[in-house]
Amino acid sequence: MRLEPIANPSVLRRLGLPASALLATIAVASGLAAVAGADPLATLGLIVKGAAGSRFAALETLNRATPLIFTGLAVAVAFRARLWNIGAEAQLYAGAIMAVLLGTGALPGAVALPAMALAAMVAGALVLLGPVLLKTRFGVDEVVTTLLFNFIMLLFVSYLLEGPLKDPMGMGWPKSAALAKEARLPRIVDGLRLHWGFGLALIAALTVWVIERRTAFGYEMRAVGLNPRAARFAGVPVNAVLVKTALLSGGLAALAGFSEVAGLKGHLTLDLSPGFGYTGIVVAMLALLNPLAVVPAALFVAGVFVGADSMSRAAGVPTYIADMLLASSLLFMVLAILLVRFRVVRG
Amino acid sequence: MTALLDILLSATFWAAAVRIASPLIFATMGELICERAGVLNLGIEGIMVIGAFSGWITVWAGAGLWEGVAVAMLAGMLFGLLHAVLVVPFGLSQHVVGLGVTLLATSTSYFAYRLMLPQVTSPPKIEPFAVWEVPVLSDIPLIGPALFAQTPLTYAAFAVAALVALVLWRTPLGLAIRAAGENPSAVDAQGLSVTGLRIGAVVVGSGLMAVGGAFLTLSAFSSFFFEMVNGRGWICIALVVFGAWRPGKAVLGALLFAAFDALQVRLQQTPLGQVVPYQLFLMAPYVLSIAALVLMSRRASVPAALMQPFNRGER
Amino acid sequence: MIVAPVLRLCGITKRFGSLVANDAISLSLNRGEVVALLGENGAGKTTLMNILFGHYVADAGTVEVMGQPLPPGHPRAALAAGVGMVHQHFTLADNLTVLDNILLGTRPLWRPGLRKAVARARVQALSQDFGLSVHPDARVGTLSVGERQRVEILKALYRDARILILDEPTAVLTPQETEALFRTLRLAVGRGLSIIFISHKLHEVMGVADRAVVLRHGRVVGEVATADTDRHALAALMVGEEVVPPKVAPPTPGPVLLRLDDVTTAQAGTATGLRRVTLDLRAGTITGLAGVSGNGQAALSDLVSGVIRPQAGRLHIAGAPVTHWTPREAVGAGIARIPEDRHSTGTIADFTLTENAILEGYRSRFAKGGWMNWRAARAFAEGIIRTYDVRCPGPDTRIRLLSGGNMQKLILGRVLEPGPRIILANQPVRGLDIGAITYVHSRLLQARDAGAAVLLISEDLDEIMALSDSIHVISEGRLSPGFARGTMTQQQLGLWMAGHGFADAA
Repeated sequence: MRLEPIANPSVLRRLGLPASALLATIAVASGLAAVAGADPLATLGLIVKGAAGSRFAALETLNRATPLIFTGLAVAVAFRARLWNIGAEAQLYAGAIMAVLLGTGALPGAVALPAMALAAMVAGALVLLGPVLLKTRFGVDEVVTTLLFNFIMLLFVSYLLEGPLKDPMGMGWPKSAALAKEARLPRIVDGLRLHWGFGLALIAALTVWVIERRTAFGYEMRAVGLNPRAARFAGVPVNAVLVKTALLSGGLAALAGFSEVAGLKGHLTLDLSPGFGYTGIVVAMLALLNPLAVVPAALFVAGVFVGADSMSRAAGVPTYIADMLLASSLLFMVLAILLVRFRVVRG
Repeated sequence: MTALLDILLSATFWAAAVRIASPLIFATMGELICERAGVLNLGIEGIMVIGAFSGWITVWAGAGLWEGVAVAMLAGMLFGLLHAVLVVPFGLSQHVVGLGVTLLATSTSYFAYRLMLPQVTSPPKIEPFAVWEVPVLSDIPLIGPALFAQTPLTYAAFAVAALVALVLWRTPLGLAIRAAGENPSAVDAQGLSVTGLRIGAVVVGSGLMAVGGAFLTLSAFSSFFFEMVNGRGWICIALVVFGAWRPGKAVLGALLFAAFDALQVRLQQTPLGQVVPYQLFLMAPYVLSIAALVLMSRRASVPAALMQPFNRGER
Repeated sequence: MIVAPVLRLCGITKRFGSLVANDAISLSLNRGEVVALLGENGAGKTTLMNILFGHYVADAGTVEVMGQPLPPGHPRAALAAGVGMVHQHFTLADNLTVLDNILLGTRPLWRPGLRKAVARARVQALSQDFGLSVHPDARVGTLSVGERQRVEILKALYRDARILILDEPTAVLTPQETEALFRTLRLAVGRGLSIIFISHKLHEVMGVADRAVVLRHGRVVGEVATADTDRHALAALMVGEEVVPPKVAPPTPGPVLLRLDDVTTAQAGTATGLRRVTLDLRAGTITGLAGVSGNGQAALSDLVSGVIRPQAGRLHIAGAPVTHWTPREAVGAGIARIPEDRHSTGTIADFTLTENAILEGYRSRFAKGGWMNWRAARAFAEGIIRTYDVRCPGPDTRIRLLSGGNMQKLILGRVLEPGPRIILANQPVRGLDIGAITYVHSRLLQARDAGAAVLLISEDLDEIMALSDSIHVISEGRLSPGFARGTMTQQQLGLWMAGHGFADAA
């Protein structure tokens, strides 16, 4: 078989194929529910209901989507320049650490939050800078180094939580002291459990979109991602662009940690992130790396997680169905997108 | 200092190093075959998980240990096939698909585990592979227990490495696989199927990765728990680079790496472990892998067509 | 007695969408015969060969080898039937040895052992018999282009090919190497092999082929015995009209705009670096660089483009020494750069025409304070499309969808529009059809007459000799003295290309 490019894909192709990817994912969900001995339709209904069926559920989904928007943006930006940042998890924790360091101290109320956010971004940027410099200087593949950094960072956090950052009132649990009241992100609407981290995430998505579409740096980023050789030949400073992209990507991922600590948890624990960094990859791919599309993609992914949790309690299908669905949707989607632009021919 | 010497001179240390190296050797050989054919397989981490789980659950359900290994291998090959089909004929991003396969294989394992054992808090144990002592040879001081008093899977790991080297460099099939990783057009022009060779290499390689995972449950820990693979797959990718895509060097790399791992565990028990937080010791393997990558980056003899999809229409 | 042809293609038709690449093509080849297959780029030669080798399946028509029909769509079938192909772009694995490359795919995959000793002896015997000397245990990456071609021919002979197909085999050879190749081909024909020789170099076709088959727009437009025709008639058949060589007015040389002063560059992997090269490019002249590919052309091109820096020696632009040197500096210094590979270096396939048009000037001309001015960028692209006659649906089309000629026109517009002082044209017409070739050449001559200093790098000696006011030959990184137009013959330049005449020649 051979792939043949399609000059002008029809609207049917452009919408139909991604839609079939979604349908295929739903089919997988039904199959898994059946395997688990549950009624497929009821299970799907429970997932949807658990994700958006009540005000509480919807808010839960929005809260869960917040860090995913940040990590999704971080991955989308990096992948756009073909910088394989698989280390958003580590950068997220770097941001969380800075939030705790500055948020539990004596910073005056007005500057506490901006200072925490800024410090988080710097820390996240620096965490990604290491692997990127190894790539630009020595040609070391950043996939493996960023992956390995995730493990190193988790051990480092574990050390901090049992050592310097340990909460003296924590009854021996590895958790940090709680943030000061002024260092907590306020709720968007009083009484509703949704904090300003979500608003910040939306602003971030818009900002990244503007950078990509309207600035010279965004143009450079896309050029480097599509063809580094031609970009270098044309005079794009490829390594500098990669470094700048890394700083942006690492900073965005770190905001996820900041927002989780300052907006939701109020302190740092070792299970702050149930893999938000890795899930960000799925979010970014489902969004086709488009920063604005990251928001709905994150909502979808968060919905699947929140819905599956709730469904699992009711129907007894293991909650890991959520991860399976996301993995399948990722693979279906990349295939569907390819088939929008190429047709499979024989011989 | 004497503590270090004590460790280095103890037979259990070297035996542990060889034991720790075994799963890495399986998985590293698997990845090496894939990359020699031109395909990066980031599914390795998840494929090791599914290998660990499927091998263990098979034995737990009453089958024999070798049957467990066989099931693990088949499960690995199945996910390898998924990766291969998506990245070889369709030419999708090997990074993205690999990570997707890892996520899918891992979550499938966890899902199936929860489905089969909904209530348990601590996973049931199985009777793992027993040590086979090679008569006479295992009595040699230091080397004997390290090399000749291991479980059959460890012996198999070394045999597999030798076999991989033999096939890749001494048979027409191996030549074709290496050529597919160097210049697929050369393979195509000689009437061989690049697609077939690459898919085959990825499927077989993934089978080996899964056996590496099964080693953890069937030979090392005797039960399955979450996060048990814990980045070993990523480390194996680093080991392939460290070994310059050569089986012999990769095995040496795995042994070296395992020796450090065994050492850090033991150093935690020494006075040094009182001063230095244990997390620092646990970081050592990951830091070491990164250091190895940097060290080898200058003289990397990477297959020329690694990660290059082949589509005849675009020649 | 009627001898059955060894190869017969009958009524081959192949369509790609609305394009008919092959339209009922019939062709036969007799034992011991050399047939030249002539045609412009895009005439359908490659498609025809891909059908013969089972890479494409024809919509209609049959292929017979030795009287037996070949099953369509089976790449192994042609090889097994004794047809061997020497591709223009070699299909060799650089990191493997010559022997490994020849052995690849010749033994059933599941057999144990490679039997290298037996194979080595056979390869050596074949080398001897056909005058194809090459060391069987050398790594292919270390071989010269000529040697690689010999490996390709050996690959076919090792498989007992009875029919050899050579695709543009002389494009990369010196005239002397070409002679050696023709001797090999005569030896092969003497042993009963048959040969299809794909080319557009008519004097070679006249010299080596018994018969010529001419393709145009996917159809056979003529079939003649070479004894009954001449170059002009063939050329007219190929293009459909009389070919007019470019009219070149005498140059009016100006000051030196670019000077390489004793420049040496680093060896990059297997690519040859420059060795103590001194070169002057004068305003109002075209300087041609001849040479066999892989002798340092890439290094010279990269150096002038700003991609690499001298390891020793100096670069001067308009008399001033250059200190900082990057692609951006090169563009800033008024150098128009037409890269060798327009697909992977010259353009970004998934960028639109607009985005590709501003690749070099986005910072200086199409952005302010870091913000892009897309309106100006689009207007610039539209201007190029108009002025340079780029055939495309519009400036928002992805450039991947354009033909090579139109892609090259966009690159021409991109680099010529700012009015450059120096022009680097590396293989500017490779793979283009005659119309596009004429267009590119006329633009280069126009720029010369407007006072630009042009450096033309090409492996096609005819092109170099037709356009250049002064010719240098590059061999193993060394540069010959400059020869004024008309002072050297092809044979003399060929000797320089083979490395004769250099001061430190071995």
